[in-house]
Amino acid sequence: MKNTYVKFLISFLALASTPFILSLFHLNLLSEILILAIFALSLNVLVGFTGLVSLGHAAFFGVGAYTAALVAQHFSANLLATLGIAAFVSLLFAAIIGAFCMKVNGFYFLMLTLAFSQMIYSFIHQSTNLTGGSNGLSGIPKPEIGAFSFANPVLVFYLVLVIFMISYAVLRITVKSPYGQVLIGIRENETRVKSMGYNTSLYKYSAFIIAGVFGGVAGTLYTYFNGFIAPSDVYWTMSGTVLIMVLVGGSGTMLGPVLGSALIVILETIVSSYTSLWMLILGAVLIAFVVFFPKGMVGIGQSLYRRFTNKPSVVNEKKSRAA
Amino acid sequence: MDILGAQLVNGLSYGLLLFMITCGLSLIFGILGVLNLAHGSLYMFGAYIAYSLTATYTQSFWLALVVAPIIVALIALAVERILLRPTYHLGHLSQVLLTFGLAYVFHDLASSVWGSNVLSVAVPSSLAGTATIFGQAFPVYRLAVIFIGLIIAVLLWAIQEKTKWGAIIRAGLSDKEMIGGLGINIKLVFTVVFVIGGILAGLGGVVAAPVLGIYPSMEFETLILALVVLVIGGLGTIGGTLAASLLVGLVETFSRFLLPELSMFLVFGLMAVILVFKPNGLLGKQVAHS
Amino acid sequence: MRTDHILTISRVGKSFGGLHILKDISLEVKKGERIGIIGPNGAGKTTFFNLLTGDLEPSVGEIYHDGHNITKQPNYKRARNGIVRTFQKNNLLNELTVLENLLLVLQRKQGFGKVWYQLRNIKKYPRLYEEADELLKKWGLFYQRNAVIKNLSYGEQRQIEILLGVAMEPSILLLDEPTAGMSQSETDYIVNLLYKLPRDLTLMIIEHDLDIVFGLADRMVVLYDGGVLAEGEPEKVRADERVNKIYIGSGDELVC
Repeated sequence: MKNTYVKFLISFLALASTPFILSLFHLNLLSEILILAIFALSLNVLVGFTGLVSLGHAAFFGVGAYTAALVAQHFSANLLATLGIAAFVSLLFAAIIGAFCMKVNGFYFLMLTLAFSQMIYSFIHQSTNLTGGSNGLSGIPKPEIGAFSFANPVLVFYLVLVIFMISYAVLRITVKSPYGQVLIGIRENETRVKSMGYNTSLYKYSAFIIAGVFGGVAGTLYTYFNGFIAPSDVYWTMSGTVLIMVLVGGSGTMLGPVLGSALIVILETIVSSYTSLWMLILGAVLIAFVVFFPKGMVGIGQSLYRRFTNKPSVVNEKKSRAA
Repeated sequence: MDILGAQLVNGLSYGLLLFMITCGLSLIFGILGVLNLAHGSLYMFGAYIAYSLTATYTQSFWLALVVAPIIVALIALAVERILLRPTYHLGHLSQVLLTFGLAYVFHDLASSVWGSNVLSVAVPSSLAGTATIFGQAFPVYRLAVIFIGLIIAVLLWAIQEKTKWGAIIRAGLSDKEMIGGLGINIKLVFTVVFVIGGILAGLGGVVAAPVLGIYPSMEFETLILALVVLVIGGLGTIGGTLAASLLVGLVETFSRFLLPELSMFLVFGLMAVILVFKPNGLLGKQVAHS
Repeated sequence: MRTDHILTISRVGKSFGGLHILKDISLEVKKGERIGIIGPNGAGKTTFFNLLTGDLEPSVGEIYHDGHNITKQPNYKRARNGIVRTFQKNNLLNELTVLENLLLVLQRKQGFGKVWYQLRNIKKYPRLYEEADELLKKWGLFYQRNAVIKNLSYGEQRQIEILLGVAMEPSILLLDEPTAGMSQSETDYIVNLLYKLPRDLTLMIIEHDLDIVFGLADRMVVLYDGGVLAEGEPEKVRADERVNKIYIGSGDELVC
C-alpha cells in the first residue's frame, strides 16, 4: 500500500520537474499527452473495465471543451467556474445519452454512442451563433483564480499535471474498489453478475457517467491548453483516436491509456514532419497491436518483465495490477 | 410541388444507393459477425476507380460499372484472406477494430493515389438530361439509380429466397453453427459473403460518383449512414434493409432541404429512437448479441 | 397468500412466438423442502427455472415468494432476496480468479460494492478475504484460490458454480443439473456436498441422473411437453406408469 503512495509521489515530482528540463515545445507536447491521457483513462472505464466499446466518446470531450470556452467567454474565466460547469454539463449529457445507450449491447452500443456523438457534432457544427460553427471558438481567456492567471504554458502545464494526478488517483480508486470489481465482473460475464444480485444496468449507467465527466474534464483542459476549440475535436475521428490510445496502451489497466496517449501523440509529432499519411500509420499501428499485442504496451511490458525475471506469470500479473 | 417531386426522386435514389452499400454490410455482419468498418472504404474505392477508368483510361462509364466492382471485389477478397481469415480466433470485437484500422489505412492510400481534391465523374451521355413524368422533369440518371437499386434488391431477394446459396445464407443468419453442421465449408461461405459485400459496395461507389462526387472522407460519411440504415433495418431481411434505406434517404434529403441545420441531427435522432424502442430494427428478426 | 409456502407458482405459462414452452404450471413449495424436477429434454425445465429467477418473464400466471408477488421483479432483486440459481452450463467469470469470483458474491452480501459510499480499495476489507478463505477451505478449494477459472478442470468449475450459489446464502437454491458432464467420482463429491447443505435451505434440482435426484428430493415434479405430468413423493412418482412410459420412450433411464 505504502508502495503505491511512494510511486505516485515520485511520478508527480518527476513530472513536476520537467519544465526545468524540457524545451517549451516538448513541455507543450507533455501537456497534450497528459490531457489526452485523462481522456483515454475516462474511456478506459467503459472499454477496459466495463467492456462497453464506445465510438462516441469525443462527445463528452467536446461538450466539456465547448462549455468551458463559452463560460470563459461570456461569464467568467475563473478556473473553478469553467471546470465545474463544464464537468456538470458533461455529467448531464452523459446522464441523458447513457439512459438511451444502456438499452443496447455490443455493436449496437458502439453504433448508438457513435450516433449521439455525431448528433452533438452536427449541432456544434451548425450552431454558428453559439459555437462559431466550422470556425470553432478562438481567443478563449486563460483560466484564472482571483487575480492569478494561468497565462503561460508552464503554468498551464502545472494545472494540467495537478488535474491529471487527481483524475488518475480518483479513477484508480474507483476501479480498485468493490464498485470497480463489479464493473470488471460485468465485462467478464454480465449474466452471472446479475444473478449474483447486482443491478448491472445501474453499474453500467454510473460507469458511463463517470467516463463522461472525466471526458468533459479532459476537454476543458484542452480548451485551457489551446485557447481555441474546433468541431473537428468532437468529430468521430477523435473518438477513434482515443479508442486507439486505450487499445494500443492496454485496455483494462491504469497505465495503458497513459502510455497509449504518449505513444500516439509522440508518434504523430514525429510522423507529421515526414509525411502527411498520419492516418495510414495510425491504422497500421492499431492493426499491428490488435493482431500481435492484444494486451497493448502494458502487455508487452509484462512479457518482457517475465522474460527477464523468469518468474511465474501470476506474480507478475499481481504486480502489474498494483502498478 | 416541383421541388418536392425532385426531392422525392433525390431521396429515393439516395436511399437505394444506401441500400446497395448497406446490404453488403448487413450480410457480412450477419454471417461473419464482424461489423466491417472498412466497408465505406470499399465503396470509396469503387468511386475512385470509376473516376480513373472514365477520366483517364477509357471514357466509358459502362465499362467502369462492370470493372470497378470487380476490382473492389478483389480488394475485398484480399482483405478477407489476409486480414480476417487468420484472425477469426481473436473474436469479433478485435476484428471490428482491425477493419477500423484498415479504414484509416485505406483513407490515406486513396488520398495518396488520387489526391485530396474533389473529383467528379460525368454522367454517361445516354443517361444525361431529364425525363418528363407527370408533367415534371426529373434527371434521368437519378431515375436510373432508382432502377438499378430496385433491380439489385429483386436480384438479392431472389438469390436469398430461391437458390441453394441463399438458403445457406439464410441458415447462417439464423444459426451460424448450422452451416458447419450441414457439412458446408464455412470459411468459403465467409469469403464469398465478404466478396459479395465488396461487389455491392464497389457498385454503389460507381453509381454514386456522378451524383455525390468524390472527395476525401466520403467513405466515412457513407459508412456512418450505412450503419444507421443497418440499425434501423435490422439484420437478416432484405425488405428491412430496403425500407430503412429509403427511410434514411428520404429523411436525409428532405431535412437537408427543409431544415439544413438539423439534417444529420434528425437522421441520428431517428436511429437513436428506433434503436431504443425497436432494438432489432423496424422489420428485423431477433438477433443474438455477440 | 399463505405464507407457510416460501414459493407459490400459480398457473404460470411461457410462450415464444406461437410456441408454448410451458403451460399452466402450479406448484407450492414449503420452506426447507427439496424438490427434484425431471423430464425429458425440451420439457421446459430450464425455462421453468428462468421464470423463477426472473431471467424470463412468464407470459401468464403469477409467482409469489414469501407471500410477495414477484412475477415482475427483475432477476437481480430476486437474487438479493434469496432466490439463487446455478447454471446448467458453467457460467463463471472465466478470466478472473476463483477468489475474485467469490469476492463479488461476498461483497454484495455484506453491502459492499454499493456504489456511493465504498470507493476505496477492495484490499482494505480484510474481513471479506477472511470469509472467502474460510469458504474455500471448507469446500476444499483453497489450493485453487488464485487460479484463473478458465485454467481449472471442468469438475472444479462446476464446484465453483455451486459454491457461488451457496455463498449467497439463499433461501431457495435452484440447481440446474449440478452434476452435468462430470465423472463418477466428481459426481459423488458434488452429491455429498448437496447432502451436507443446511436442512432449512429450500432446494429445487433439475437433474438427469435419476439416482441422485430420487435420493435427495422430498418431492418430485415431472415436466413433460411444457406441463406437469406427475407430482408427489419419489416413491409414488417412480411407480407412476405415465412417467415410466415417457422415460422409456425417450431412452433415459428411470429404473435405478
